[in-house]
Amino acid sequence: MSGNPESVNPKSVSSEPVNPKSVNPEVVRSQTPAPPAAGPGIRDAGPRGAATGTVGPGTVRPRAAARTARRLDREDASAMRSPWLRPLSVVGLAILALFLFLAVAAPLVAPYDPIAQDSMKLLPPSAEHWFGTDQIGRDVFSRVIYGARLSLPVALLLVAVACAVGTLLGAIAGYFGGWAEGLIMRSADLVFAFPGIILAMAVVAALGPDLVNAVLAVVIVSWPAYSRVVRGMILSMREENYVHASRLLGASSLRTLWVDVRPGVVGPIVVLAALDVGNAVLTLSGLSFLGLGARPPVAEWGSMVASGAQYFDKWWLGVFPGLAILLVVLAANFLGDTVRDVLDPRSARRGRA
Amino acid sequence: MTFLAPVARRWYALPGLLRFTLRRLAAGLLLVLGITLVSFVLTQLVPGDPVTANLGERAAADPAVVEAWRRQNGLDLPLPQQYLNYLGNLLQGDLGTSQQSHRPVTQDLGQFMSATFELALAAIAVALVLGVGLGVMAAMRRDRLADQIIRVVSLTGVSVPTFWLSLVAMYVFYAQLGISPGSGRLNPGTTPPPDVTGLYTVDAVLSGQWTVLGEAAAHLWLPALVLAIFTIGSLTRFTRASVLEVVGNDYVRAGRAKGLAPSYVTFGYILRPALVSVITVAGLAFGNLLGGAVLVEAVFSWPGLGAYAYRGALTLDLPAIMGVSLVVAVVYVVVNFVVDLLYAVVDPRIRLG
Repeated sequence: MSGNPESVNPKSVSSEPVNPKSVNPEVVRSQTPAPPAAGPGIRDAGPRGAATGTVGPGTVRPRAAARTARRLDREDASAMRSPWLRPLSVVGLAILALFLFLAVAAPLVAPYDPIAQDSMKLLPPSAEHWFGTDQIGRDVFSRVIYGARLSLPVALLLVAVACAVGTLLGAIAGYFGGWAEGLIMRSADLVFAFPGIILAMAVVAALGPDLVNAVLAVVIVSWPAYSRVVRGMILSMREENYVHASRLLGASSLRTLWVDVRPGVVGPIVVLAALDVGNAVLTLSGLSFLGLGARPPVAEWGSMVASGAQYFDKWWLGVFPGLAILLVVLAANFLGDTVRDVLDPRSARRGRA
Repeated sequence: MTFLAPVARRWYALPGLLRFTLRRLAAGLLLVLGITLVSFVLTQLVPGDPVTANLGERAAADPAVVEAWRRQNGLDLPLPQQYLNYLGNLLQGDLGTSQQSHRPVTQDLGQFMSATFELALAAIAVALVLGVGLGVMAAMRRDRLADQIIRVVSLTGVSVPTFWLSLVAMYVFYAQLGISPGSGRLNPGTTPPPDVTGLYTVDAVLSGQWTVLGEAAAHLWLPALVLAIFTIGSLTRFTRASVLEVVGNDYVRAGRAKGLAPSYVTFGYILRPALVSVITVAGLAFGNLLGGAVLVEAVFSWPGLGAYAYRGALTLDLPAIMGVSLVVAVVYVVVNFVVDLLYAVVDPRIRLG
């Protein structure tokens, strides 16, 4: 998603219009639901019809034909199965559901108060303290659970804001052009000139270490990706006949953007946002790890890992909150891939990597 | 504008590659200028009056002293003027004084830079070999077991929080297994090899100190591997998609149809064009590595820019953080410039753009 300005975009180089002949037929079947008339029913009608005796029994082998038909049916069924039902998607959904549940029900699930220092310090995991206790006697398990309350909503909010800001700026740049476009896209180039976490670090350090500033920093780092995509799509859409027609009918700029352009842009933007959630969690917890995010005593996974780094031999301090980050990001990425397969079949065909 | 015509004619008489190089060079220089602007703006954002911070409460209460101090430091000038002064200082290599080391930031950066380069170069080498290899393998065995496994592995790679993985790797390989010698670049007490490149492994080879080479390599492999994990994941995903895009082309089918050896088709027809676009991504990945270095170096006490920035973040040493982000961004721009050139050399279609 990151790139530097005017650098060669590998995708734009090789994405010539797809030649229908060159498309792997196997892939086509997996992408386009078979039209009803040509569905499995027709396919085995042939051999079975033949097997009724109109042709000599030696030329057709009904059993083999039926077997083939069944195999093809099965393949069709698996290809047409919704991407939401693939194993990775199901796992992702399950993990995310689990963490959402933990976030909502934290006070009910957590055995201890996440900021109460009422246990022995640095106890290893045991029956009373599943994940042990930390350097000032807080229960790590409870803190990991409460961490979900912070990380999940903040990450979602952050992506929503970055997406809204980036889309709006990209739409302005693409549709109105002129100096606004120059200003917006050059700012985007500037942001892309920094590796994400480096710029975020500099921004938080300048604004002062604090969760709100960390969120702001991640938004600043992530809006340009949306702007680039939106601007590119609007530039090509602006010349479409249906947009011209709408303008000739007297539609205002805003109406054109909302009614004619928006539907075409929403899909790719949602895909981008879905794939961005994991990154948002990673960058935010990275900032907290550096001491630039959530302030103590708030239970935040990144800063919990940081305290694990201080008490190096007490592995349970860092391992469990880190595992929580890993699981959430993994689930977000699994689902992000699924969303892409559902909404953007072209890139899915290019490879569900 | 007629006087420009001969200039334009001369310009277009230049070889395409040279034109491309000059154009990209100009864009890169502008970008570097923009980066300095960003870093200037960020230093202006710092909350709290620099006067109070530097003079102390008593002196800051006296308006005459404050006025004199502001004039002396150029703070009474209009902002654009201040930016020009800032730029002038930068050009003379003055990045301010680090609050943690009480030394000029430039000096610190010079000392720590080579350690980060050694780490990042090792990591990108590992990531290129493994990422491209796995990506090609996944594409060649598309949708089969190997592909599914690689997909999960690469998704996990881009989901792991780097700082946590560093911690776990340290714990497992150093504290438990004792395979890794732990933090730093060399064992305590070992004299670094004579400074030629600043990369200890290379310098050790150049001076023939084989025991030092072994030691440096032993310290290098684990942080480099941890740092590479994210990049391995993203390169694998990109390579797979890139190869799959080429596989469907007609000329590949033609190559097969005329009976070329499968290995010849694979390497000459599929991988060559597919891997060219990987070059660009490798440039972007290098930036991610420099960002990740902040987190990895912090845990491994690797004496590089990242650990310096980490200490800067903990103590809110703004000149140090700005210095690191400035250097990293400039390096990133330079790397992408080189990568674009490389790309244009390999793929002539790019020069026309």
